[in-house]
Amino acid sequence: MNSIISLSVLGVLVLFLGILKKKTWLLPFILVGLMTSLVMTVLHWNMNRSLFHNMLIIDNTGVAFSAVMIFSTFLIFMFAAQYYRKVTRPLDDIYAIMIFALIGAVLMSYFGNLIMLFIGIETLSIALYVLAGSHKEAITSNEATLKYFLLGSFLSGFLLFGIALIYGSSGSFDLYAIHTYVVEHIHQGLPPMFKAGLFLLIIGLSFKIAIAPFHFWAPDVYEGTPTLLTAFMASVVKTASVVAMYRFFSITFFGIHGVWEMTVAILAGITIVIGNVTGLYQPNLKRMLAYSSISHSGYMMLAMVAFSGRTANALLFYAVAYSIATIAAFAILILIREARGNDYFGSFNGIAKNNRIEAFTLAVAMLSLTGIPPLAGFIGKYFLFAAAIEQGWLWLVIIAIAGSAISVGYYFKPIIAMYFREDQGTILQAGRPFKISILFLTILTLLLGVLPFLLSGLI
Amino acid sequence: MLTLILILLPLLTAIGIFFIRERRWVRNLALAAALIEFGISIAALIQYFLYCHCLLLFRLEWLAEYGISLKFGMDGLSMLMTLLTTFLVPIVIYVSFGQKVVRPSSFYSLIILMQAGLIGVFTSFDGMVFYIFWELTLIPAYFIAGYWGGENRIRITLKFFAYTFSGSLLMLVAIIYLYFRTPLPHSFDHIWLYASNLNPGEQIWVFLAFFIAFAIKVPVFPFHTWQPDTYVTAPYSGSMLLGGLMSKMGLFGMIRWMIPITYSVLNRTDGLFIIFPVIGIVYASLIVIRQDDLKRFIAYTSIAHLGLVAAGAMALNAQAMQGAMIQMVSHGINIVGLFIIIQYIELRTKTTSIRELGGIALKAPRLAIFFMIILLGSIALPLTNGFVGEFLILLGLFKYNVVFAAVSGLTIIFSAVYMLWMYQRVMLGNTNAVTESFTDLSWKEMMPLIAIVILVIWIGVFPGMFMKLAENGVGQIIGVVR
Repeated sequence: MNSIISLSVLGVLVLFLGILKKKTWLLPFILVGLMTSLVMTVLHWNMNRSLFHNMLIIDNTGVAFSAVMIFSTFLIFMFAAQYYRKVTRPLDDIYAIMIFALIGAVLMSYFGNLIMLFIGIETLSIALYVLAGSHKEAITSNEATLKYFLLGSFLSGFLLFGIALIYGSSGSFDLYAIHTYVVEHIHQGLPPMFKAGLFLLIIGLSFKIAIAPFHFWAPDVYEGTPTLLTAFMASVVKTASVVAMYRFFSITFFGIHGVWEMTVAILAGITIVIGNVTGLYQPNLKRMLAYSSISHSGYMMLAMVAFSGRTANALLFYAVAYSIATIAAFAILILIREARGNDYFGSFNGIAKNNRIEAFTLAVAMLSLTGIPPLAGFIGKYFLFAAAIEQGWLWLVIIAIAGSAISVGYYFKPIIAMYFREDQGTILQAGRPFKISILFLTILTLLLGVLPFLLSGLI
Repeated sequence: MLTLILILLPLLTAIGIFFIRERRWVRNLALAAALIEFGISIAALIQYFLYCHCLLLFRLEWLAEYGISLKFGMDGLSMLMTLLTTFLVPIVIYVSFGQKVVRPSSFYSLIILMQAGLIGVFTSFDGMVFYIFWELTLIPAYFIAGYWGGENRIRITLKFFAYTFSGSLLMLVAIIYLYFRTPLPHSFDHIWLYASNLNPGEQIWVFLAFFIAFAIKVPVFPFHTWQPDTYVTAPYSGSMLLGGLMSKMGLFGMIRWMIPITYSVLNRTDGLFIIFPVIGIVYASLIVIRQDDLKRFIAYTSIAHLGLVAAGAMALNAQAMQGAMIQMVSHGINIVGLFIIIQYIELRTKTTSIRELGGIALKAPRLAIFFMIILLGSIALPLTNGFVGEFLILLGLFKYNVVFAAVSGLTIIFSAVYMLWMYQRVMLGNTNAVTESFTDLSWKEMMPLIAIVILVIWIGVFPGMFMKLAENGVGQIIGVVR
């Protein structure tokens, strides 16, 4: 609750700062505000209470994921100054909308009622539709927002329809009430209406997470959206959607996961294959990262399928490792776009020669996403694979392994270009705070890989 | 404790060197660290023999709830391989002084990092930690070959990486699978993994995953296709690390992990899997004949020699396995020696083509003598290091299966003919335009070769200490198998 209130206040204050035309105050104020609400979120640790008749359930899972999402947003804002360096118009609206989107994400990690889930998703999505089109002079940005809006609102319809069907059969929006209903009816078979509702709900959430075959929006939207906001989409939004799915399944189907496991397993398998194979054929880093994010959705579904007491933790670790690496990659992408005007792999040639820190950061991010020890990404993958093997999903792990092996083919493209190819020697224009920020991300990736117990026994 | 220092020292040195800009400082510091590391490993050896055969164990909980602990130790096998690593790395670093290396801080940092990874692989007694170090060696190897390599390096090194990484992932699944078959509460500790409870069907799959991962690394036929290209394109330091040390990781993994866990598959299939290395011996020995490039020549002979080692390791008797351990050390020393000599030849003549060379012995008698001794070592002449290992392997293999022993033994002897023929074409005869101005080795250049030749003869004449180490290590493995 703390986090929702503090973030709302922060968002409104940011708008006021805009009215007062205090442009230079904006970013420091946001960073301090995010830190404050991060602290306030963490204060809810071990609180375990529900608010407004189970509308929101404050538990450790929710707190941990909210903290991670606020932290990711904090990291993204650290790169905002660099990204909007040449923009003269006031940016308070964009920043405020990002914070409002974050509120939606936080709601999605606390909900205890399907209505709240829907409100969270819509708060997040509507903010995102605006953000995707925030570079209004660029035709690609317009395309992105239109595509995202049309498909997104269409699939919100699926979600709502699913919720309605579940309500129709179980008579409640409350997750615990639905759980009771499922337990009572599991023996004589759940009615088709409930199953249909469940199926539609999974489709609606899959769209947000970008799970195949509902992933088609992702590459185009990622490519068109301003890069800083793409980083937000790829990290915070994905984490929020995954935790929403986790909450729904873990509470509603507590103890009886056979109902949905096979569906999600098949989706996970398809997603891993499509994400990785298509990723091989992308000409630029941004589209490649879109497919990378799709395939990582598949890996996270792997944890969902292999449901156990450790799933939340495995997901948390994976989400953190993935978010850090992805944000680092997008940060370097911002620099490359600024220096070269595009992000085709050819633009990365020879970057390592004059920009050691930047190249090193991107290399570590790519290796972490590939899952090479001793980086955070490996530990995340290990948790997922171990959970899946424990629950007997060996075939799915084999697919995931094959996907990881294929992913070398595209994650190494920027590394090869930066280190092994020659060029006339571009110098990237990164300020000192920017360099410190990316170095921080790199160290974090290494630290979580070497000392995973910092995060692994949390929830 | 010494085991931990052996891993941490290079790890910290690698990080430190990475940030030093001064060229001379970097390489001297790297060499100093490598030499200190060698000294520490000698200290570990002395400690090993003083408190006879105990493990120099270090243990720290890492991910306790997942059964992973940092468990490092030294038995005979680890000791042998650690000594080999700490002996060869200073030589590799010293020899690289002769070349002009761009970005020396990254280069030496990666070599030292690779050393840390190798020692971690050889000393870890926890399955997951073994895997982590196993992968850790891959990154430096990839970057050394990719950044400082020659022609077509991008394609070739990516193939190398993709190959080995795919194999490793299979091994990862196998290790995790084994973990859930260990007695409760599960653990990755090697004793628990050895005791894992698999039914025959599962065993075959676990065996295959291990076998493919290790066979790619060695490489064993038919997983060898990345190897010749990679050896050729990598800089000499990279080829030495790959051929001398990284290939041993695969063989070591077979002996430490694959055989104790899934030996029954080898028993049941009755030599089916030994056929692969044996085919590899014949195949590589035949291909060697047609090679003109010296580096490629060495790469193929390496497939043949290591094929024999792999066959020996899988023959499941103490003699062959002991021979395999000794031969791993010998091969590591010999192949590095051969690469050093080829590097000296290339530095002077700018070519590695056998056809273009000739008559070097007339101009450089010292080089010729060193070359001859190391060559004799690798074709296993009695009183050189190659003889001890190959003799034991063939003896053990003979007990296991006469046909395999005969085929591989004869082929190895046959390939000696080609190595001598290569020597004849490169070193003997008259000089030509390319070799006319060949200068002999300076004292500086001779230093690493002297160290290598001493070991070639030492292991050949007094193999006692090495045999003792191998015997102690192999004894435990064979104990599990029985």
